Amino acid sequence: MNWLADFFGDPANWSGPDGIPLRLAEHLEFAGLSLLLAMLVALPLGLWIGHTGRGALLVVLSANAARALPTLGLLVLVVLLMGVGTIAPVLIPLVALAVPPILVNTYEGIRGVDADLRDAAYGMGLRGGQVLGRVLVPVALPLILLGLRTAAIQVVATATVAAYVGLGGLGRYIIDGLATKRYPLAVGGAVLVALLALAVQGLFGVLQRFLVSPGVSGRQKIR
Amino acid sequence: MGRLWQGGRAPAGDQGMHMITFDDVSKRYPDGTVAVDGLTLHAPTGEITVLVGPSGCGKTTSLRMVNRMVDATGGRILLDGVDVRTVDPPTLRRGIGYVIQQAGLFPHRKIVDNVATVPYLLGWDRKRARARAMELLERVGLDAGLAGRYPFQLSGGQQQRVGVARALAADPPVLLMDEPFSAVDPIVRASLQDELLRLQSELNKTIVFVTHDIDEAIKLGDRVAVLRVGGRLAQLASPAELLAEPADDFVREFLGRDRGIRRLSFVPGDGLRLRTDLTVPVSAEAASVRGTAEPWLAVVDGEGRPLGWVAREDLPDSGTLAGVPAAPYGAFVRERDSLRSALDAALLSPSGNALAVDGAGRVEGVVTRDELDAALARAAGGARG
Ligand SMILES: Nc1ncnc2c1ncn2[C@@H]1O[C@H](COP(=O)(O)OP(=O)(O)OP(=O)(O)O)[C@@H](O)[C@H]1O
Ligand SMILES: [Mg+2]
Repeated sequence: MNWLADFFGDPANWSGPDGIPLRLAEHLEFAGLSLLLAMLVALPLGLWIGHTGRGALLVVLSANAARALPTLGLLVLVVLLMGVGTIAPVLIPLVALAVPPILVNTYEGIRGVDADLRDAAYGMGLRGGQVLGRVLVPVALPLILLGLRTAAIQVVATATVAAYVGLGGLGRYIIDGLATKRYPLAVGGAVLVALLALAVQGLFGVLQRFLVSPGVSGRQKIR
Repeated sequence: MGRLWQGGRAPAGDQGMHMITFDDVSKRYPDGTVAVDGLTLHAPTGEITVLVGPSGCGKTTSLRMVNRMVDATGGRILLDGVDVRTVDPPTLRRGIGYVIQQAGLFPHRKIVDNVATVPYLLGWDRKRARARAMELLERVGLDAGLAGRYPFQLSGGQQQRVGVARALAADPPVLLMDEPFSAVDPIVRASLQDELLRLQSELNKTIVFVTHDIDEAIKLGDRVAVLRVGGRLAQLASPAELLAEPADDFVREFLGRDRGIRRLSFVPGDGLRLRTDLTVPVSAEAASVRGTAEPWLAVVDGEGRPLGWVAREDLPDSGTLAGVPAAPYGAFVRERDSLRSALDAALLSPSGNALAVDGAGRVEGVVTRDELDAALARAAGGARG
């Protein structure tokens, strides 16, 4: 507890290039950008594959690759190939980490919609795009959001690796603290990452509340 | 062609008599299954045509070829004289109401918006679409208070009514119904069937109704098409004709037991001769009616409503009929009920006679066993000739 008090109580930790606000902003930048890029790739792809049923193999491969892929190893590889200096080397492994949960959940969500419901939608005279946008997505939304939440939490937690390649973010505290045996720093950084993950979790709770129709969440409360 | 898709009324004239025509229609699925084979069938405008047959005989396939949820591989289907294959499917479907077994309501939308689905698609403004939806909810017998609920908050029977309301929302001239009532319990099913008949008497839609339940087919159909496996038409007839003269053993077997009795449902009861001299008011003196030659008399109250039967031999020497215990009775509404109901009423009375009542439940007269006998003989003769 003392360590935390040391870390959070030290005014020096609240300002300057090594201060918490700036590190937090850097961390959010890596995580946010990666998540955004992953969404741009995985959401349309997941929707399309789920809707058309074509390319389902891609989803399976991606899900398996995700489990096998060592983020740190990928990071080192990218740095070796691209060099340091930009944030691109950090984004690539983080995007690779975030794509599978989004892709798999979006695909499963869309594909899992009751066939009768899909049938009824077409039978009413909705066109393919309308069926997807007005029926499948709203009904699959809890699962889609679950995928996004999983991805976001993983990315927030893993963005600490940026520090390995000389970039900022909350990982700096952890790496520097461990390297210099300043444990309050390391523990403080770790706590900040954990808090951030909790905040992300909370944010998705709110999103779920506002975006998912009560008609859908009403019968599948737990998720 | 335009008028149909705008949800107008069925036009008069040649084609208007047969809103839907199956012209030598076949469907072979990609795996080689022949679900429908050379089906030729007319669904007359403003009538309920029921497709009935054992599981897998191609009922659903036939129905779905009309709104192009399935495309025929042979023949043509004409809707109001237009080959459906020439119409873009979503446009076609917006002009045809479609009701399926599981209702298929959109779970994320409130009931009112579910009903307004097609009006929204047709570009109606929100207010008009919702007003129309509310009107339809009432039409199908649902409380306006349900409009703001979500489908999961409704019972199966209520959901099915919403499904019907949704199909009717844009006032399409044609309704396709695929076993819409088979997932609810028998009591709810019967009330949904009655409701549909009531609605149809107001709306006069051209309805194609699929079921595997022959009793439902007979109850609802103006005409019943019995299909055999492989999608071949075994017989197309009115329910009464079907019961009287099944075309072959397959149809006979499919119709099941008690065909003779069930056929009586289609013989109107209003032709039965009534005796009005067998009714006595409850205020009458027992002694005054003791002299009658009839073994049983029907006792009615001051308003003419039946109280029951009294046997001549039970009549006391004094007092009014109010003091005499009345035996149970059966009654049928003469202007509405069938010979079957009359027979049923007779069987419920110890006298063996049926009470004929009017719509308000007042006794119009008595149908005696002899008269029923004669009516049954006439009905049986009709079956032969
Ligand atoms: N998509 C499909 N691909 C291949 N065969 C099919 C397909 N849909 C239906 N069939 C087959 O076509 C035949 C007719 O099926 P259909 O669904 O029209 O029958 P049905 O009369 O509606 O039966 P049920 O009363 O069980 O609903 C069946 O043999 C069925 O297996
Ligand atoms: Mg079927």
